Amino acid sequence: MRIEIRNGRVIDPASGMDRAANVFVANGKIVGAGETPPDGFTAEGVIDASGCIVCPGLIDLSARLREPGFEYKATLESEMAAAAAGGVTRLVCPPDTDPPLDEPGLVEMLKYRARQPGFAHVHPLGALTVGLAGQRLTEMAELAEAGCIAFGQADVSVVDTKVLLRAMQYAATFGFPVWLQAQDAHLAKGGVAHDGAIAARLGLAGIPVVAETVALATYLQLARETGGRLHIRRLSSAAGLELVRAARADGLPVTCDITTQHLHLCDRDIGFFNAHARLTPPLRSAKDRAALALGLADGSIDVLCSDHTPVDDDAKQLPFDEAEPGATGLELLLPLTLRWASTAQLPLTTALARITSDPARILGLDCGRIAVGAPADLCVFDPAARFIVSRERLKSQGKNTPFLGQELAGEVRYTLIDGHLAYAAEKLL
Amino acid sequence: MNLANPQLNDHGELIHLLSLDGLPREILHGILDRAAPFTAVAEREVKKVPLLRGKSVFNLFFENSTRTRTTFEIAAKRLSADVINLNINTSSAAKGESLLDTVDNLAAMQADMFVVRHASSGAPYLIAQHLAATGRNHIHVVNAGDGSHSHPTQGLLDMYTIRHYKRDFTQLTVAVVGDILHSRVARSQLHALVTLGVPEIRLVGPKTLLPASAARMIDKGPLRVCHDIREGLRGADVVMTLRLQNERMQGALLPSPQEYFKSYGLTPEKLELAKPDAIVMHPGPMNRGIEIDSAVADGKQAVILPQVTFGIAVRMAVMSMLAGGGS
Repeated sequence: MRIEIRNGRVIDPASGMDRAANVFVANGKIVGAGETPPDGFTAEGVIDASGCIVCPGLIDLSARLREPGFEYKATLESEMAAAAAGGVTRLVCPPDTDPPLDEPGLVEMLKYRARQPGFAHVHPLGALTVGLAGQRLTEMAELAEAGCIAFGQADVSVVDTKVLLRAMQYAATFGFPVWLQAQDAHLAKGGVAHDGAIAARLGLAGIPVVAETVALATYLQLARETGGRLHIRRLSSAAGLELVRAARADGLPVTCDITTQHLHLCDRDIGFFNAHARLTPPLRSAKDRAALALGLADGSIDVLCSDHTPVDDDAKQLPFDEAEPGATGLELLLPLTLRWASTAQLPLTTALARITSDPARILGLDCGRIAVGAPADLCVFDPAARFIVSRERLKSQGKNTPFLGQELAGEVRYTLIDGHLAYAAEKLL
Repeated sequence: MNLANPQLNDHGELIHLLSLDGLPREILHGILDRAAPFTAVAEREVKKVPLLRGKSVFNLFFENSTRTRTTFEIAAKRLSADVINLNINTSSAAKGESLLDTVDNLAAMQADMFVVRHASSGAPYLIAQHLAATGRNHIHVVNAGDGSHSHPTQGLLDMYTIRHYKRDFTQLTVAVVGDILHSRVARSQLHALVTLGVPEIRLVGPKTLLPASAARMIDKGPLRVCHDIREGLRGADVVMTLRLQNERMQGALLPSPQEYFKSYGLTPEKLELAKPDAIVMHPGPMNRGIEIDSAVADGKQAVILPQVTFGIAVRMAVMSMLAGGGS
């Protein structure tokens, strides 16, 4: 379908473009961005983007779809609807499904199920070790062929450092990036909240910052040793950020991301044991949060992700320490990015880069930009439209988010994936 | 329900007792004042008052405790309530029933009050929030100990004891000695001591038994951490010893009970550093020869048995305040 997106403010962080323009889409590609349509272009549908921003479709580096195995928490259908409604056109799903994504057949099935018009592009993160058990390496070459973009362990740490070294060496052999969450299994064991004054007051078992820094120091040394590409998922502390900064200054090609939750919230937001604030890694102190926000602004942190984790009500309506960690987030990635841009007074090109062109760079794919010939993955949103986060409004099957009840600005109007209209708040003209 | 503090209603009145965190000084003194006449009830021939006649109190114990459950039972019975004891870890939870399903079932049996003990910090908050969300705020929740978080009636009876012997909180130096990291009793004591205006509170113990940022765990609290018990006891008016759980005596937290006793056990020699009229408290049950020497536990400065007696009166005060209407 040939679509013209008319009268919008077009922001393309990759090229630094930020101006009024029309965007023309045909055959799943962007065929023009400017005043006039390319020669011979006649639109079959027109999106009126007056008052709206047109940007590349968002890329979320961590979104759990819960398939296979946890269909009672969410399904591909429910979460793809959430992605489209959130303007997310491409996402990476961690391997902690049931069974974990450690076999090519599972990855092929997931890719096949996700290959539907209007569904976001899905890039599975393959399991680094069989069953995520941290003992045997997976068939990484086969898994990559089946569609895995990188390898990791989701929330599970590899306890045996020698196995981790071997896994990173093996991945580096084929040039596969390794994505790890920095959390020392022993130091984090039993903990449910940041080990600080709030956890002390509430009597919650703590996860100290050293659980992150000790693991991080190990990973960075192993990355130096193996020469492989390392991406740190979901950094949580100021001290952790300093380690990554130092390693980068030292020339190590390490990248990292944080979540929208850790960008906006801290351990105080646990309030009176709010299970929606039970997250992995834990929400850290206000000082950590402030450091992460600065790091994201100056680019020390490459990417902002939602770490979308739909959890069923039964698993959340439990005492804090028994509740399952995680928050639903695909639909809040954009408004929470805008909130950050507004409070930090950042240009939208910078803020939107963290959810479009920067994650595209880490994936190493030609996406996340508005340019002739690029895939027509686009998001049209009204930055001024305000809404209250509510269970009813969320399309995700998971209604679990610490932002419930909060007012946010930035409503997605249209989402295009490969030129296909994946989401439309209103009909086309 | 008051979002800022779910145990108070919109008029600032107590509807549940979940924690001493955030309770104003007037409410704390109000409970202690109300407890005073109840101490006399125990000395009557008929040890009963009719304040909770016709009310059903459910003792919901998800974690075993004979002693605390018994004191709540006695308090409720002296107020003429009907008491139902449930040890959940041996019934529903073992069958896989969720906490809130258990609560819903018991609420359907016309409960007026739940006295809850649970191994998870915050579990009584979850119950209170659930009752509010389902329009059943007339059922009151009393926290009888949740995880490492809070044991508010213990904290209150400790304050009653201190007020009984020392009268004025605002001139006191109080030392809390032992496993503060895991202690819900210590947390309740600290909140109450800070609210009641105690100007110096010392947290005494090894680093392995103190929480991270212990000195900052209560906003603006005059907390001071002492790893040396002698420094902690010097000039103290009140010494509150804490129970050391068996499973924590040997392992990664402490090498042995003997070494703990040597470093942190309260002996007559160490107690001499405190004021001559200092009182010694313990929430029970005591480990003699580990956190406290028998000579201290049975000595004239110990007020450990009066604590137990006051505990009944304080629990009667709390229950009658929540469910008994006016005074």
